[in-house]
Amino acid sequence: MIPALELRGISKRFGPVQALEGADFVLRPGEVHALLGENGAGKSTLMHIASGHQRPDQGAVFIKGVQVRLGSPREAARHGIGMVHQHFSSIPAFTAMENIALAARWPMRSPREVRERVDAVTGRSGLAIDPEARTETLGVILRQRIEILKALATDATILLFDEPTGTLAPPDALDLLRVMRQLAGQGSAVVLITHRLDEALAHADWVTVLRRGRMVFTGSARGLTGDQLATYMLGHAPENLSPPLAAIGDSSPAVRADRLSIPPFGGRGPGLREATFEISPGEVVGLAAVEGSGQHELLRCLAGLMQRGSGELEVQAPVSFIPEDRTTEGLIQEFSLAENMMLGFGQRASWVRHGVIDPALCEQATEKLIREYQVRATGALAPAATLSGGNQQRFMLARALAQKPRVLLAEQPARGLDIQASRDVYQRLRAAAGAGAAVLLHSNDLDELLAWCDRLVVLAGGYLQVVPPGTSRDSIGRMMLGSGLVPS
Amino acid sequence: MPILLGTRRGIGDWIASIGAILAGLAILGFGLSLAGYDAGAALVAMWHGAFGSWYALTSATLVRAIPLITIGLGIALAFRAGVFNIGAEGQFYAGAILATWTGLHLQGWPRFPAVVLVLLAGVIGGGLWSLVPAWLKRRYGVLEVISTLMLNFVAEALTSLMVQGPLQEARGAYPQSDLIVAGARLPLIGGTRVHWGFVLVLFLAALLWFLFHRTLWGFQLRATGASPRAAEVTGRINVGAVGAAALIGSGMLAGLAGSMEVSGVSYALFQSLSPGYGFTAIAVALLARLDPRAIVVTGILFAALETGGAGMQRDAGVPAVVVYVVEAVIILVVLVADAALRRPAAPVPEGAAV
Amino acid sequence: MILSEPGILALVGSFGAAAVRISSPLLIAAIGETVVERSGVINLGLEGAMLAGALAGAIGGSLEGPWFGLLLSIGAGMALMALFAAVTIWLRADQIIAGTAMTLGAVGLTGGLYRLIYGAGGVGLSLPTFQAATIPLLSSAPVLGPMLQQPAPVYLGFLSVPVVWFLLFRSRFGLALRAVGESPDGARAAGISVRWYRTWAILFGGAMGGMAGATLVLAQVGTFAERMTAGRGFVAIAIVVLGRWHPFGVFAAALLFGLLSALQFLFQASGIAIPYQWFLMLPYVLTLLALAVVRRRVAAPAALAKS
Repeated sequence: MIPALELRGISKRFGPVQALEGADFVLRPGEVHALLGENGAGKSTLMHIASGHQRPDQGAVFIKGVQVRLGSPREAARHGIGMVHQHFSSIPAFTAMENIALAARWPMRSPREVRERVDAVTGRSGLAIDPEARTETLGVILRQRIEILKALATDATILLFDEPTGTLAPPDALDLLRVMRQLAGQGSAVVLITHRLDEALAHADWVTVLRRGRMVFTGSARGLTGDQLATYMLGHAPENLSPPLAAIGDSSPAVRADRLSIPPFGGRGPGLREATFEISPGEVVGLAAVEGSGQHELLRCLAGLMQRGSGELEVQAPVSFIPEDRTTEGLIQEFSLAENMMLGFGQRASWVRHGVIDPALCEQATEKLIREYQVRATGALAPAATLSGGNQQRFMLARALAQKPRVLLAEQPARGLDIQASRDVYQRLRAAAGAGAAVLLHSNDLDELLAWCDRLVVLAGGYLQVVPPGTSRDSIGRMMLGSGLVPS
Repeated sequence: MPILLGTRRGIGDWIASIGAILAGLAILGFGLSLAGYDAGAALVAMWHGAFGSWYALTSATLVRAIPLITIGLGIALAFRAGVFNIGAEGQFYAGAILATWTGLHLQGWPRFPAVVLVLLAGVIGGGLWSLVPAWLKRRYGVLEVISTLMLNFVAEALTSLMVQGPLQEARGAYPQSDLIVAGARLPLIGGTRVHWGFVLVLFLAALLWFLFHRTLWGFQLRATGASPRAAEVTGRINVGAVGAAALIGSGMLAGLAGSMEVSGVSYALFQSLSPGYGFTAIAVALLARLDPRAIVVTGILFAALETGGAGMQRDAGVPAVVVYVVEAVIILVVLVADAALRRPAAPVPEGAAV
Repeated sequence: MILSEPGILALVGSFGAAAVRISSPLLIAAIGETVVERSGVINLGLEGAMLAGALAGAIGGSLEGPWFGLLLSIGAGMALMALFAAVTIWLRADQIIAGTAMTLGAVGLTGGLYRLIYGAGGVGLSLPTFQAATIPLLSSAPVLGPMLQQPAPVYLGFLSVPVVWFLLFRSRFGLALRAVGESPDGARAAGISVRWYRTWAILFGGAMGGMAGATLVLAQVGTFAERMTAGRGFVAIAIVVLGRWHPFGVFAAALLFGLLSALQFLFQASGIAIPYQWFLMLPYVLTLLALAVVRRRVAAPAALAKS
């Protein structure tokens, strides 16, 4: 059978980073093909080359056996390649219909005609959507559905899904995987980029593994085991990780919320509704939630950045907050590390007296922190932008811990980091708990939470539920969608 | 709003600044020779008008530098906080109006408190005038770029109204106010026409530098301008309040410039008291990369450009208004150099094929 | 003062005519700026483009008549804004400051050129202007009639409203342009060249700005003077915000501004003595109030003035 898509010897370099080095990839029509690899292994880059978003330094792309040059996403679309991006690429202010028409380059003269064409695509695929709904008002599932419809509207037969299940609750992820299977059944070739082994094993026909920019394995998913795949991904057998259990004393809770309600941020979403919970010093509590479930409000309210609506809240000071977006919320990129220290410490800093700053003192403190936490930087005066993502995260963590917080709030602290760096972050959080802090950790990745937290709470539609010990992963997944356990 | 943060200044900034000035003058010279003027003679006339004599340097250039530096400091204050105050012209007039009114009513006061009161009136006038856009932004989200611009026209109309109405000279002949009382005038330095406001301005520049780099409040202001979201989330800074305060402070400085112009130079209010100081000051502040110390230098430089322009018109017949072209070129070159210097070739982001 | 009924009608008619006349340069400039802002760019150089257009219109008008002047003004506006596009879009300079610089430069350039060409004396330059074109039937109607006896560029301004509406909301180009203004990253992902779309938008804005300046000279004042646009370019930007970035809204906002400015004539005609400066201030003050009331966040292109 002629492959739908074949990539041969692809190399790509970004500055000092060799993202791909002679990578190969073969995709057949009618199959769901899992592309596995750690963060930074080159999965996304490879697929961005296949979708025309990036051009390879070396190597060739074949579509249905014919070599092609994909200079732009539009050219790739002409060859029937559609990509469903990890970070949604729709225009937030546009309606679903406008976004689909934009991607498919339909003429706009008659809105009725555009609508009919959208209806035709939704009808064919069975993915229903309100064409007039503004994209930014929709939830994650529907926004992702628009991304898929955009690809289908261009008559794509080669569909590349970039980490599509990463932000979904497990049951929704399952639904999406069924959609992908259905599309393959209709003759499309489907690529599922993922770093989740179980997903690849359970839902793909074929598996390709990338490690450090090279293809290290390709073969049928049948008969493979998770351990085998993990070995291919990591280059060595996986260690068995079980977090040390914290010894929780009977000290009074560091956070105590009683029927706490918070109005939604920016007027959209559910906000937080009558949440009652406690966090004790020394424990790491995982906050599991799909996007827009109220976690944004909860974390910011605990951090003192948002007003509560009603209910009671006691939080012991000092509180440190590590926001999700380190590039725009956690750090000022063009400021030096010392200045970013000033930013985090505010007037609590030892180098501020009567509102006057002693820069030398601040620089000394920064240098000390850089050494202690092994942040790779040229010094306290280095602009934050010169640090790699992992080192920026480490610096933010160091800054948060240096304030000796009683309560530490971490919002997706390992997002975008590779396995080694994210493990480092989680170990530091656990160590902070060990030293007596109450840690609330939010991540989109349920498996990470299960691996690193003492216990979990789930937020769904603004309602918070404490997960009883021994609850299965599936049940937690259902709770994240607001079904399952009913609050007592 | 990644403009001109200037946390770390490299040699590239200096080269760019000097290059900008040279580029501006070169384009002027080229344009003048295209238009059939003797470009060399015109530039010589310009130099002569600005620096050619002790009188030109002090009584023309330095006198003109005072409002430019003062307003430029205000612009730096606002821009550093990420607030685009394009309304310094209006704030200048608001300060001048209130200062004139005060200066007309201080008959018999001793000089020191009288001058202080007049200057204070200017500060209050400019502050009140910038309070409006600050309030409109915080309360209703109106872009300060547009509101401060609009208020320029209102202030100019108000000035015109004043000098033809309530503040018009007793004779009623010309659209201008009477001279403010002698006791409310800023004394002059030595035998020059430079008033003591110049010293005040030097002090203010030092103060502002200290504020930016040695105080928590100044740091919070810079953080707000560099990244409002990080300032809010990580710095727990009330960025709305900081922005409003910066805008009001900026207006106060522009208002002070207005009152110094009345109290130290013109002694009266009239319609074209400012030949566009509010806009030239933007160029002054930008060329200095919003550094208060450098603003003193660039303020004098731009004053020289404008007094030189007048000299050029007098001696070489070239319209003085063309120096605005030089100013525009300088701003553009600085902006472009800044964009090139401050943005390293970033690693290719997702979907950067275009 | 008591007016007879036909007198009132004539007064209202001439008041309306004045309002339309005042609003049309603003309308033309604001329609151009609407397209620019929809692409995510705020162009404070619009005032400069109008000024350049005004001088080019005057020069062209004195050489070959008003139509040639109009043509020349479009070229002048585009040339100036090509520089703005080069600096902001291709060299990534800050839009707001670069726009202010463009206006500053245009003041110097037009002032210098004007004195070079017409001498330093400031002799009143008298130009051939567009004659009022009448629309059959409509122009003879009461009240509406006098309002619709306007020179040709005014009608061009009216015409640009539905044309730009169609461009923005009923064409593929418009969809892509709005995508660029709302989310450059999203547009890029859809294979749209953000830079080129913004460049085209800015050039269109320059053409309209230039034409607005020529309208002021050739259809209204009949002469050129230094800084004669007197902030109308900035007012046009406020009108775009007031009209919520929609051509029909902009049309209404421009007319409103014209009506407010024309109040001056109405009061003068009715003999009530109010200093004219109040009427100079009124449109700006009311525009600010209106801006506060319309809550700009609702419809502003999300990427406006960023990057």
